[in-house]
Amino acid sequence: MSTQVKQLAKADAFKGNRIKQDKETIAFNIIGYTLLTLVSLICLIPFWLIVAGSFTDELEIISKGFQLFPDTVSFEAYKSVFSTPEQIYRAYSVTIGVTIAGSLLGIFLTSMAGYVLSRKDFAMRNGISFFIYFTTLFSGGLIPWYILMTKNLGLKDSYWALILPPLLSAWNIILMRSFMKSIPESIVESAKIDGAGDFKIYQRLILPLSTPGLATIGLFLALGYWNDWFNANMFITTDSKYPLQFLLYKILSSAAVLQTNNGAYLAANVVPPTETLKMAVAVVATGPIILLYPFVQRYFVKGLTVGAVKG
Amino acid sequence: MSGKSGIIRELRQSKTLLLMIAPTIVFFIVFSYIPMIGVYYAFTKFDFDGGLFGSQFVGMENFKFLFNTGVLWNLTKNTVLYNLAFIFLGNIMQIICAVFLAQLSGKLFKKTAQSLMFLPYFLSWVLVGAFVYNLFSDLGVVNSVLKQLGLHSYDFYLHTAPWKFIIVFFSVWKGLGYGTVIYLAAIMAISDEYYEAAKIDGATIFQQIRNITLPLLKPTFILLILFSLGGIMKGQFDLFYQIIGSNGMLYDATDIIDTFVFRSLTVNFDIGMGTAAGLYQSFFGFALIMIVNFIIRKTNKDYSLF
Repeated sequence: MSTQVKQLAKADAFKGNRIKQDKETIAFNIIGYTLLTLVSLICLIPFWLIVAGSFTDELEIISKGFQLFPDTVSFEAYKSVFSTPEQIYRAYSVTIGVTIAGSLLGIFLTSMAGYVLSRKDFAMRNGISFFIYFTTLFSGGLIPWYILMTKNLGLKDSYWALILPPLLSAWNIILMRSFMKSIPESIVESAKIDGAGDFKIYQRLILPLSTPGLATIGLFLALGYWNDWFNANMFITTDSKYPLQFLLYKILSSAAVLQTNNGAYLAANVVPPTETLKMAVAVVATGPIILLYPFVQRYFVKGLTVGAVKG
Repeated sequence: MSGKSGIIRELRQSKTLLLMIAPTIVFFIVFSYIPMIGVYYAFTKFDFDGGLFGSQFVGMENFKFLFNTGVLWNLTKNTVLYNLAFIFLGNIMQIICAVFLAQLSGKLFKKTAQSLMFLPYFLSWVLVGAFVYNLFSDLGVVNSVLKQLGLHSYDFYLHTAPWKFIIVFFSVWKGLGYGTVIYLAAIMAISDEYYEAAKIDGATIFQQIRNITLPLLKPTFILLILFSLGGIMKGQFDLFYQIIGSNGMLYDATDIIDTFVFRSLTVNFDIGMGTAAGLYQSFFGFALIMIVNFIIRKTNKDYSLF
């Protein structure tokens, strides 16, 4: 009898819990969906503002400022950008060239270094690893580096000044090394018995097995090169060698004006779009990343997740 | 066999491997180790024609000046406080987003939200600079809204106060997606059994998060915090430079060591002073990493950096 009562009471308590649980789950869902929607919007709105700004009429900007929803839609800024597109095209080709060259060379050197340091039969691996790792702990700083680049290496106004500095990073090499360490050692050993040389093992066996790692490093490198403006700011002095982001920076900081046919505007007594032009150039300079984004993001998440789980 | 011939044999055996890593070694010697010699500029009155050893040696003069004028103190304070805000607010936001993303059920919603949160990570700081201009310039959206509400417009570029929040906001904003992915991966690694057991015991979703998710995230959280604490003397130059630029009005609240060194090189041509500030930064950053690592080693050896 008493056990029955107890059981009933327990069932009641369980039901009570259920109801409470459901209520809390609903509360949790409401908070979660609201918060994440808000955060997502905050991540998206600045874009919207730039795009809206680029399609606004210049006179409206001057009288009312940038708005979330412009009263009139105007394509003037884009017409301006594409009326004399040489400058943009040149900046695009510099960025694309530097990104491709730098990423490919970077992947090649990083993967080779990672492979060598992952080989347990390589006696100097710990010494060299520390030699590389130490550069993340201590550095000479910006100024000695700048003087070396310009005075000693003569890289002022050279494309090499854009390609070389981001080429190798200690973090990428360490990441690559840990990735390759997870490849079973027996593969290397059996290949050695078959008479394969060290480079052949790297090229024929390790590289194909490291595709996810290579993709992650490649994406990191490519993103870094695509978005780099700092090295151009430091070393590039000729307009025609500006990469995309640096051209955008110059136009934003009003240190340069896009070479459009402003004369035509003056003759026609129309305000040349400068404020909206800045936004249009921002859109044009960002374009490819946005188009590639959904595709690239998947790989990034995968690469990051692998790295995080491995620790 | 003597030790020496052993080394030679070793070198000969791993000739290919050494050749393969040679470019990397050369790279780090040239771009990282040779500039370390250049910290000597910190002790000179720099003379461009003289070069490294042709400049006049002045000992600790540059450091004394930086200390006595209080410049270094202000720079250190800004660098450290901004980084602390970035680290703690950033990680907390990332954890909150990761916890919700892990527990909500709408698949499409989760995917979309995660994609949107990751988007800022892919943008250049130059574009973020464009955002800030679009939002806060005198023609910016914020002022348009203020005007439409019949309020006075606010000249952001004349006041230091709002920039602290703007800078911290954009730092957290840009790193949100990246960190969320890391925490999400850590949550996904938690065994389902814990949650199922908790559900049978009647734990509500909040109780599950408080008693299972958060405690199990603690190691990841501590590790990430400690990692970032090591770099607390290093500023995010891109962030500060693209948002503030060379607006001297705002330096009091927004100048960090990195922007000061950059200005010493490109605006004031104060090579000795700038190198001194850079050396101070490297030195204290190095000491900090050593201390942090020592503490981690003492408490939990698995987490230590080296």
